This record gives sequence, structure tokens and C-alpha cells, in this order.
Amino acid sequence: MSLAHEEVLSTPSSDVPVEYSTEDGALKIFGFWIFLATDLILFACLFTMYQILHINTAGGPTEQELYDVPGFTAETLILLVSSFTCGLATLEMRRGRRSASMGWLVVTVLLGLSFIFLEVREFVDYVNRGATMQRSAFLSSFFTLVGTHGCHVSLGILWMLSILYQLGRRGISAMTARKIFIVGLYWHFLDVVWVFIFTVVYLQGVM
Amino acid sequence: MHLPGYVNNVATPFFVTGDPMIYASDVLIVLTLVAIVFVLTYFKKWGWLWREWITTVDHKKIGIMYLIAALLMLFRGGVDAMLMRTQLALPNMRFLEAEHYDQIFTTHGTIMILFMAMPFIFAMFNIAVPLQIGARDVAFPYLNAISFWLFFFGALLLNLSFVIGGSPDGGWTSYPPLTEWPTDPGPGENFYLLALQISGIGSMATGINFLVTILKMRAPGMTLMRMPMFCWSVVGASILIIFSFPALTVALALLMIDRLFGAHFFTMLQGGNPMMYVNLFWVWGHPEVYIVVLPAFGIFSEVVATFSRKRLFGYASMVASIMAIAVISYLVWLHHFFTMGAGPGVNSFFAISTMSVGIPTGVKVFNWLFTMYQGRIRLKLPMLWAIGFIPNFAIGGATGVMLAVAPGDYQYHNSYFLIAHFHQVLIGGVVYGMLAGMYYWWPKMFGIILNERIGRWAFWVFNIGFYVCFLPQYELGFMGMTRRIYVYPAGMGWTALNLISTIGAYLMGIAFVLIVWQVLYSIRFPERDVTGDPWDGRTLEWSLPSPAPHYNFARIPTVTARDAWWAEKEARRRGEDVQKELRPLEPIHMPNNSGRPFILSVCFFIGGFGLVFEWYWLAILGGLGVMLCLLLRSLETNTDHYIPVEEIRRTEAALGRL
Repeated sequence: MSLAHEEVLSTPSSDVPVEYSTEDGALKIFGFWIFLATDLILFACLFTMYQILHINTAGGPTEQELYDVPGFTAETLILLVSSFTCGLATLEMRRGRRSASMGWLVVTVLLGLSFIFLEVREFVDYVNRGATMQRSAFLSSFFTLVGTHGCHVSLGILWMLSILYQLGRRGISAMTARKIFIVGLYWHFLDVVWVFIFTVVYLQGVM
Repeated sequence: MHLPGYVNNVATPFFVTGDPMIYASDVLIVLTLVAIVFVLTYFKKWGWLWREWITTVDHKKIGIMYLIAALLMLFRGGVDAMLMRTQLALPNMRFLEAEHYDQIFTTHGTIMILFMAMPFIFAMFNIAVPLQIGARDVAFPYLNAISFWLFFFGALLLNLSFVIGGSPDGGWTSYPPLTEWPTDPGPGENFYLLALQISGIGSMATGINFLVTILKMRAPGMTLMRMPMFCWSVVGASILIIFSFPALTVALALLMIDRLFGAHFFTMLQGGNPMMYVNLFWVWGHPEVYIVVLPAFGIFSEVVATFSRKRLFGYASMVASIMAIAVISYLVWLHHFFTMGAGPGVNSFFAISTMSVGIPTGVKVFNWLFTMYQGRIRLKLPMLWAIGFIPNFAIGGATGVMLAVAPGDYQYHNSYFLIAHFHQVLIGGVVYGMLAGMYYWWPKMFGIILNERIGRWAFWVFNIGFYVCFLPQYELGFMGMTRRIYVYPAGMGWTALNLISTIGAYLMGIAFVLIVWQVLYSIRFPERDVTGDPWDGRTLEWSLPSPAPHYNFARIPTVTARDAWWAEKEARRRGEDVQKELRPLEPIHMPNNSGRPFILSVCFFIGGFGLVFEWYWLAILGGLGVMLCLLLRSLETNTDHYIPVEEIRRTEAALGRL
């Protein structure tokens, strides 16, 4: 959907990566960066809520009682590795290797799915132990903060599947390259947010 | 899904019943709908409506739709205001019941801020920004259409509450714990939460869209410091939108999770903290005030310079003050609740930061005055509203500083003094600004200049009505009248002032009717703008025919100075040949129309409606529809087209521009 501004802005050249090679692509990537800023503020608000409310357990389960060190360590490692494989997919895209790029995206999706699996198992476990969202303000903010991140990851997985389909059909073009790049930005952003969840929620909770 | 202690068996009828005024509205709504369907069918306009408006991605048409929506919402919010002022005109009135009054002040505030002021500024963004920077559309035209339709269906959802399910009644700020399920059951507050959430997504997208547009799509030669001041104000407002709306999203979402799923963010039980809602709400709410007022400042800057025939005084200091306001406005939110009792340290910080906003704002006011100084002032309608704004804002600003003094605020908090103050800045600033902008750009939108004589009547009736309405309210505040009371006894000494205030409100209502009449009269007896430059303007939009062709610029202009169009006209007056620089026409790349933004927003509406009534199957259905629309868009490849040179030549020839 590029507009009539090619003459105004960037022109294709060999020094520019393929995802930036059209003016449309460059605009969308810039716009997505700004969108990530809004998403960052959204998470910042949720972190604030958690930080204020996490001591308000109202006599219910506490952080120490709930958080399981091997569980959240595994989630963290899986998500960090998936961010790396997602980066590899972008790298292969820039080299123009479609199947390698798709392969790394598939690995990323599988790692994302195992992350979601572990997180859902964690949530189900908590609920079975009586730690529901309705139990205390601490748990309301825990489930909302970590759950919002989980929803983002799930959406990212669906998004990557759609891009995998498009890559399979159309190969690497300026358009699909831009899509891989943007979903990569999104995925790395979620990784950064998780690092904060790991620190603020889990480490703070078990230390 | 509600916890023990929650009363979940409240019988709420689907259709609101019981009040004769509601039945009358039901009849009017049905009649209006029938009339619209009849007119569209009789004149065979359904296809036209779909092709030209519903599926459009043209920023100029989207701007016009925002404008129409804003004026309709101004009417709705205005009627709410009239009803309130009628109820308060005399002591012990029995015109409205307490419950009904609560609903009306809630919808009045919500509609005026989110569904009148916001679409009005977005109308101005859309109408002016691409034309002023020499662009052919915004950065993301498809997203722009989504923004509009999300706003539209959010507004529809809120307005629906009036006849279906019941209106929200917790005030426009909707503070918990009052608005939690146990104390406010039923769909009313859900309508508020979902309507604001849906239109809020659209607003956020608009902020991103216009920031990218202005930063990346300016005509060659238009450096940031050569931009028209309105564009600078849009940059400021967009940055504010981007960084403040997520806080509203979170505040609304968490309150919704509390209400629908029994969580405890803001309840008084299980460790909830209601003040956190208040914090989050105003972390958005205070920047929101500047989101709506900065574009008004931008419009005043354009209007004052044009109608004084002078370049804007203190351009760089104007830019600096816009950016200063954008930053400081994040550091003042707590002044909305000094009485929370956060302690002298916190209150002092927010009192001082609040007062410091007055400095850049004062700079702007003096810049406008100095622009007028020794200018050749023409008192056309836009200029009239701009000049009317200045004393208004001086009073509103001064009372704002009074409210910023934290110990003093303990006296005025939630009194009519506060009501008078924020109406003075919001009406005097935003509404005056938007009306000035509407009169200023009306010829550019429709090719017609609005009738001057009726407009002058409207201005004077409104301006006088405004002071008659709100000056007594300062006094009432000092006398102890608090906001949101629906009845007061005789013998308080409030009667005369309240009656005067009500008369003022009616005068403003009459002025609105005059504006409507002015528009209708001007359509019937149009004064056409054949030059494209009716005001002897300074910026690029006036270099185009009125209304502009859908691709805006046949050739993207090259900018060499601030006030680009004025510089070009000066060059012509000096006899320089600007024609020789004309490049040959080239095919123009434009986005295709699409019905999907509309359908996507309908899905959001369906999902929102489902959540309001806790019909989760419907909410899930709406959510799936949204996902499907996003997927279909992602798979779409054929999204744009080229306008051939021949067609451009024909269009330009028809406009007399070859």
C-alpha cells in the first residue's frame, strides 16, 4: 500500500536491506517501532500495578508458595532461545535463503508453543491450588501481567504461521521480507518484556 | 463468574423502560432510522454511500466523516448539558430523577471529551495535515479508515446504552470502587468501558499514523522548522496520544476484568487499591486535555497569522512551547486528586509542575498577540473565534493556577469552581479552536464559504452565552455548591446564579442552532470558493483547488521557505517565473478503497456488545471476526493502483490548473 512518495523518500539501493527497499516497507517498519512504544507503556502500567499490589495477598497464597524455580527458568530459557532463532530467520531472509528462513521460523514457533504450554500448565497448577485471579489483588495483577504477555506470544505464533504460509507461496520479496522483519521486532520485544517479568515477578518473588 | 458477596441476579431489562423521555427518544430514533433508510433507498444512494464513503481511504473524506460525527456528538452532549442546566435552574426541581441525572452527567462528559473533542481534532488532522505538508495521503490510509470506523462504532456503542441496557452513571471518570460490580451492577458501566476501549484503539492508531506521516512524508525542502504550526501541534498531540492512551487502555481493561471476572484490582476487598485506577486514569486524562487543546493552539496559530497578514511571531518559541507542554503534561496528573492525601512532598511537586505549564502556554498567547500587533487584521469568522478564545483562555488559565495551589485546591476540589474552570479552558480553548478550524478549512473541504452574517450572530450569541453560563459557576463554587448534585434546597443563596447560568446554557444552545442554520443556508445559497485560496492563505493547502482532487497534488511541490504558499505568491508578485520549474506529470500511486475497515469495526462492535451483556459466545464470535479480518488483510497483495497521467491531466484541466 505504498503511496505516491517514492520520489520523496528512500530509493532502492544495494546498501539498504531488502525489508527497507521500498518506501512502503520503510514507513511500516517505522510505524511499527512507534506501535511498540505504545505496547511498552501498556506493559509499564501493568508492571506498576503488579509492583504495587504484589504484597496484597489478602491471606491467600504468596509468591514464595507459588513460584516454581525450574518452571520459570525453563520458560525463560525457551523464550530467549526462540528470540535467537527468530533473529536467525531474519538473517537468512536477508541472505535470500527462503527455506532456511522458514526453517528457523518453524523452530521459533515450536519454541513459542512450548513456552505457552509451560505457562498454561503453570496457570492451571496455580488455579488447582486455589490461587485464582479472584483470590487476591496480588493474583489479579499476576495473572493479568503474565497473561497479557502470554496473549502477545500466542498472537505472535498465529502471526508467524500466516507469514510462513505467505513465504511458502510467494518467496522472499520486499513485502514478505518486511513482514518477517516486523514480526521479528515484535518477538524480540516480547523477549525483552519477559526479561522484566522474570526479574520483577519471579526473581523478586522467590528471593 | 462473580465472587461470593457479588449480587449477580440484578434484573436489567434489555430495553430501558419507565421514563417518558426515553420512550420519546425511542420513537425519534426509529423515525430517524426509517427516514435515513427511505432517503437512501428512494434516491438509490446505497451504492454511493458504500463506494464513496464507507470504503474510502481518502484522508479528506475521512476528515469530513469525523467532522459530521463530531457535530452530531456535540448535539447529543449539548442536549445532555441543557437537561442538566434545566434541572439545576431552580431549587428543588423535579425535572430529572437522581438516577437519570447521574446518567446524563456521565454521558455528557464522556461524549464531549471522547466522542466530540477527539473526532473534532481528528477531523482537522485529516483535513489539513497531508495538504499542509505536501503529501498525497497519510502514511497508512487503510489504518486511518480503521481508526475512523473504530471511533464510530465505539460512539455507537456508548450511545446505544441510552435505550438498550441503561447508560453508565459513574461519572465520566468512572471511579471505582463505586463503579465495581457490587455497587454498580448492570451493563451501564460495561458500555462505558467497552466503548472507550474500542474507540481508544482507533485513537492510538491515529496518533501513530500522523506522527509517521509528518516525520516521513513531508514534501522535499520542508524541513521540520519550515512546517506549518498546525502540523507541529499535531506532532505534539500525536506524541501525547502514543504515550498516554495505553494507560487508559490498562485502566479500562483492569476495571473490566474486575467487573466481569471478579478480580480485585480496584475493589475494597482482597487487597485491591482503587486509587491506582485514579492514577492510571489521569496519567492518560491529563495529557488528554493537551491532546485536544494543542491542535486548537495550532489552528489559532494558522488563523491569526493568515488574518493578520503577517508571519507567525516567534515561530521557534511556539515549537519549543508545544514540545514543553507535551513533556510537562505528563508530570501533572496528580493535581486532579490532591485530596487523595499523598502528602506535602508529592502534592508540592505536582502543584509546581502544574503551575509551570502556564509558562509555555503564556508564551503562546503572547506570540498570538504579537502576531496581531501591527498586522492588517481581517475579522472573518475564524479570526473572530480566535480572538474570542484569548480572554477566555486567560481567565481559564488564571483559575487553573488557582486550582494548582494544593492547599487552595482542598477548598475548591469538586466544586462548581472547578466545573467553571475546565469548561472555560475546554470550551474556550478546544471548541473555539475547532470551530475556528471548521470555518477556516470549510472552503477547502466543500468549496463553499460559510455565510458570514449568520456566523457572526452565532459567534456573539455563543460567546455571550458562554460567559453568562460559566462566570456564575465560579461564584457558586466559592459558595459551596459541589459538582454532580442533582438538586439543592432554596435559601442557599444559589438560586439566582444557577438561573443565570441556565440562561447562558440556553444561549449556547441557540448558537448551535444558528450554526446549523448557517450551514444549511450556505448549502442552499452557496458562496463558492473558485480560487482555492479564499483567505489569502500562507500554507500549501491553499495552493490547491477547493475541494482538492483526490490525489491532492498533481506534482509534489518543492518547499523553499516557511509559509511555502505565501513565499510562492510573493515570488509571483515580484514577477519571478515559477512556471519554468514545472516537472512533467507522472502516474500517481494511490491506495485502493476497502470495505474491510468497516467490517473489522463491526466485528469489534459485536464483540464489545457481547462483553457488555456478558454474552461470551457473541464476544468470541466478534473476536474471531476481528482475527479473520486481520488475516485477510495480511494475505492481500492487491492494495494499490496508479492513476494514469491522462486522467490527472483531465482532472487538472477541469479544475483550470493546467
